Amino acid sequence: MSRVSSPTIRDSLSVSFTVGAYGVAFGAAAVANGFSVLQSCLLSLLTFSGASQFAIIGVIGAGGGAISGITTASLLGIRNGLYGVLMAPILKVHGFRRVVAAHVTIDESTGVSLSQEPRGLRAMREGFWFTGFGVFIFWNLFTLAGALGAQAMGDPSAWGLDAAVPAAFLGLVWPRLKSSMDKSLAIVAATFAIATTPFLPAGLPIIGTVFIAIIAGLRSAK
Amino acid sequence: MDTLWVGVIGTSVIAYALKYAGHSVPEKLLSHPLIKQINLLIPIALLSALVAVQSVTTKSEITFDHRLAGLGAAIIALLFRASFPIVVLSAAITSACIYNFL
Repeated sequence: MSRVSSPTIRDSLSVSFTVGAYGVAFGAAAVANGFSVLQSCLLSLLTFSGASQFAIIGVIGAGGGAISGITTASLLGIRNGLYGVLMAPILKVHGFRRVVAAHVTIDESTGVSLSQEPRGLRAMREGFWFTGFGVFIFWNLFTLAGALGAQAMGDPSAWGLDAAVPAAFLGLVWPRLKSSMDKSLAIVAATFAIATTPFLPAGLPIIGTVFIAIIAGLRSAK
Repeated sequence: MDTLWVGVIGTSVIAYALKYAGHSVPEKLLSHPLIKQINLLIPIALLSALVAVQSVTTKSEITFDHRLAGLGAAIIALLFRASFPIVVLSAAITSACIYNFL
């Protein structure tokens, strides 16, 4: 292990383990929302993007259809595409390695990689790969543990799992609420979703808030 | 195929397509400030809506129950800058206590 790479690997592994452990919450929530252990694990293996995974189980769990769920999850997955735009010129990979790189392009791998900039390009690449693979391994192991655990528990409400799901969403959105516009948007979106639930088909009260976000973005650009 | 399987496969295919597309498109296409700004705001709106729907609705009804107490506990944990697992755990424990003992 060279002197350049070891602090990078340490950063990568600590992020991987901490973030991967949240997989327990996902696995448990997925099973509580009616998904099988296999389906929960496939979501972690194949979708491999926490917010999108919580969205699909949240929307379908609330009675929404597949299209509503997929749309909500995909809108949350757009940012991974933007991370890809940032990472491509750093990684400079093609063919099979690009196929693999794309799959592990998530918040954490991009974040750790960009944070290694003072240590140079090589550290940035190592940060991306070690964090990407590290989170992938831990996230999937912990998903399986959470799903099996929830399956063994029975009634999700008796264990508080039905409250764990909105709390997980809240934990995901909280750090994003920086400006007063962010906070207003959060409150308006939440109010809209609750107020329209009795009238709109399940799923639409959630997707509909995208238009509120677009209006807020257009207004702030003026 | 049922809703759950369509959801699992559809979400996975699109999630990967978005990631791969990012590695393949020219940077300036997506770097417009307005696109970046809206892309920061969309997750805030969607996640907030999901918090709301998952804590105070059941099917198409608005219901205030043990989950709302759990959410309150999560907010308190976040105000005290607790880590993500603590936030989720405090919500689950609070909600479970009310569900089982009240």
